[in-house]
Amino acid sequence: MADTLSDDVLRRAAERAQSKRFDVRTMPGFTTIAVICFIALYAPLFPMAFYSFNAGDSIAVWQGFSWRWYVSAWSNDLVKDVTVRSLIVAACASGIATVLAVLAALGTTRTQPFRGQTLIYVLINQPLMVPEIVTGVALLVFFAMIKVATGYTGLIYLIAAHAAFCIPFAYLPIRARLEGMDKTLEAAASDLYATPIQAFRRITLPLMTPGIVAGAMLAFVISLDDVVITELVKAAGQDTLPTYMLGQLRRAITPEINAISTALLAITVVLLTTIFFLTSKKE
Amino acid sequence: MKQSAENAVEVVGVSKVFGQGASEVRALDDVSVSIRQNEFFTLLGPSGCGKTTLLRLLAGFEQPTAGQIFLSGIDIAGLPPNKRPINTVFQNYALFPHLTVGQNIAFGLEMLGRPKAEVSDTVERMLRLVRMEALRDRKTSQISGGQQQRVALARALAPQPKVLLLDEPLSALDYKLRKEMQLELKRLQHETGITFVFVTHDQEEALTMSDRIAVMCDGNILQVGGPRDIYDHPADRFVADFIGESNFMNARIESVSDGRATLSLTAGATVQAILPEGVASSGDVTVVVRPERARFLKDGEAGASEVSLPATVETIVYVGTDTHYHLKLSSDEAFIARVQNDDRGGFLPAQGQAVQVAIAASAVQVLKD
Amino acid sequence: MANTQMSQTTTGKSAGGFTEAEAERRRVRVNWLLSLPALVWLAFAASGPLLIMVVYSFLTPGDYVGVVWDFSTDAWFQVLFTRDIFDETIVTMADAHLSIFWRSISLSLMTTATTLVFGFPTAYFIATRSPRSRPMWLFLVTIPFWTNLLIRTFAIMELIRNEGLINTVLLKAGLIDTPIQMLFTDGATLVGMTYVYLPLMVLPLYASMERLDFRLVEAGYDLYASRLQVLRRVILPLVKPGVIAGSILVFIPSLGAYVTPRLLGGGRNMMMGNFIEMQFGAGRNWPLGAALSITLLFIVMIALIFYVRNVGKEGSGHG
Repeated sequence: MADTLSDDVLRRAAERAQSKRFDVRTMPGFTTIAVICFIALYAPLFPMAFYSFNAGDSIAVWQGFSWRWYVSAWSNDLVKDVTVRSLIVAACASGIATVLAVLAALGTTRTQPFRGQTLIYVLINQPLMVPEIVTGVALLVFFAMIKVATGYTGLIYLIAAHAAFCIPFAYLPIRARLEGMDKTLEAAASDLYATPIQAFRRITLPLMTPGIVAGAMLAFVISLDDVVITELVKAAGQDTLPTYMLGQLRRAITPEINAISTALLAITVVLLTTIFFLTSKKE
Repeated sequence: MKQSAENAVEVVGVSKVFGQGASEVRALDDVSVSIRQNEFFTLLGPSGCGKTTLLRLLAGFEQPTAGQIFLSGIDIAGLPPNKRPINTVFQNYALFPHLTVGQNIAFGLEMLGRPKAEVSDTVERMLRLVRMEALRDRKTSQISGGQQQRVALARALAPQPKVLLLDEPLSALDYKLRKEMQLELKRLQHETGITFVFVTHDQEEALTMSDRIAVMCDGNILQVGGPRDIYDHPADRFVADFIGESNFMNARIESVSDGRATLSLTAGATVQAILPEGVASSGDVTVVVRPERARFLKDGEAGASEVSLPATVETIVYVGTDTHYHLKLSSDEAFIARVQNDDRGGFLPAQGQAVQVAIAASAVQVLKD
Repeated sequence: MANTQMSQTTTGKSAGGFTEAEAERRRVRVNWLLSLPALVWLAFAASGPLLIMVVYSFLTPGDYVGVVWDFSTDAWFQVLFTRDIFDETIVTMADAHLSIFWRSISLSLMTTATTLVFGFPTAYFIATRSPRSRPMWLFLVTIPFWTNLLIRTFAIMELIRNEGLINTVLLKAGLIDTPIQMLFTDGATLVGMTYVYLPLMVLPLYASMERLDFRLVEAGYDLYASRLQVLRRVILPLVKPGVIAGSILVFIPSLGAYVTPRLLGGGRNMMMGNFIEMQFGAGRNWPLGAALSITLLFIVMIALIFYVRNVGKEGSGHG
């Protein structure tokens, strides 16, 4: 080491560094790869959005601007039908999942470790670990048995399945919120004569509300996006928007699919941007 | 022990054990202490000594494993915190982040079901008391640390508790603000007449503010007494070492008469000191001398009530108000003498110089060890 | 101890009327009760049916659909082996199945590797931005993450079709005479999965890099480490939990991928997910599908055990 620390070596290294200042945080090439990644994440989405405005039938040859495919998708009764179904399923499933997740989060956070706590974590997060396709075929088999036994084939199966895989998505932000919450706040409330119920209603619940809202929205989006489990569980005529689109993609593709996709993309971006600015302004 | 109502709080034989089996931690070990009505009582000790546990037991956040806690003569050991007329100022203040300053202060009163008019009156009064009138409608995240501290105080005082518990409330503040709040707390305690139980690890803070101090270590209370009492007459080596600076010296008891022992210091002098109860009347003992009770002699002319010891100056440390002389006694024991930098022109030795150091006989304190 | 007697008399009749042990038991009971509704729901519509799959894997396929309740280990046999149509005693390895397993595992591993190669610098880039602009960069990663996977796969599909944008541009430019067949290849599946799962790699990597104390990096440079040495000896060991978490998060959905290989790989380049689905659709062999599902689940469990062994302890240590 003594050699590399000699004045000579130091002088030469210093001269070389003159041209390019050393920054502790940068790694060579990392910024380039990062920029490529950001571009790559968005690049494929632009042609898709672009051709949704194509006047012609092609999704590769530009034939002029038109709202034609948006109008066609909007006036398509089937599209309306599957969209409404998607929204109903997502609303019901995320509602159920959020309520169950709030209760579970209250039971598993801010307590000293207890027997079975890890087991509860594993069971609640199980849908994140088991591949969707496995859960999907298992539900297909299980619900087929119930359908044979009861003869009922309604939307309940789909809602039940969606609610189940939405539970961990609702649970995680609520739990994170509760864990980040200062435990002494409840102690302070009870010190100031609040009964356990008053402490929950006046302190815990208002403070965990952002977590509940985040969890519910996450669950809603997850349910709205689901393809695999829905595809396997749905009965005939129970298509949701994603499974309808999957079906369309197997046929000849028209820019109508582009229009639907672009509209969904736009809604996602608008929603996320709103949430982004709402949450960042608070801090 | 008798429970008299003149004591605000009476802790009797309280133990607290956390965990079980091998991981068992005895946070409090058969602790008994009485806290008088209207006094500023401080629990002082290093972290992990059990002072916060004792405070949490008083507040009701923890239940004692054994023992009883009396509030004005009533056993409150089983009461939940919301049924105890005791309020806490938390270390991190624990202000409700979704409520305003005013709403925080009103919380306890609302929980007690007090009428609206009374609540808003009390809130106003409390805001005045802590000089925060202008900030009533601010969110607690929008005020400074010192202001949060005042809100936490006002919130805990608003329901007029019998006892106010303060868990190291000044530790998050910077030095100047801490000094200011120390006086402020004294003033509030005086004005409200509420019993304050204050937890701190800062001996200086404890000495400045308290009427009485309980020094704790390893789940035990070692000594209870007034600040002067504890500083001048520490009961054992831990208390002497923890509070202020101390010089420890070895000595042998030569004879005892009338509770006074004649000691021969290993460093080479004989001195008379009070023999505390519980110390054997013969054999080796440790004595303690505060650094400021020593002075240097020019020509060995020790006063009537002083003993003089030969020493060598090893290091001189200048600390602004004082200069500390690190000495080595003839017995090889280290000794620090503190001399005030008052330019009165006393004799000030140089490094390496051989000196005679004089100690007031009354400053020699025999320890229980 | 001397206190035992007192402890009994005090706690036995204290005003609240409960002992510590009782309070502890009550607390655990309440915690379980609160968690129970979610657990019951999951048992009904997620975990429970997995057990039925185990039973089904030991049954005989029905003629048209479903199963016949006759015990058989045939499905498990078929996972790896095949019998000659004419002479049932001639047993050979089921090559078609093996190639699907191989494609699934190798494509998943490659997807994990490529997302790591691209995701690591990206996460590092975000983590080294100023605290003010960091949320914006992170937001740019989360938008694709929250965009429907079907839409993102469709976007890739449109790009690489024979009549898609890339081929059209290349043809117009005269660089090629006939369209390059990109769609319906393993390469297309790999590109598609890398594209859709990249955010799943970046987010956990970022989470662990954000917590990285850059004073440690400074200390590394201070002690004469080069950039590469700092990366290898300081940064990588510290963000290892994030690397493993990201790898698991990408590997598991890749292995069970259904939509991406179906749209981009096509019918001939099936992965396990498509093959399983086929047994419940056109293949009409539910027991084989069940056996394959359990096999897939088994591989996932091995990956998860690897994860728990490596970072699980650190991850749950905060509680």
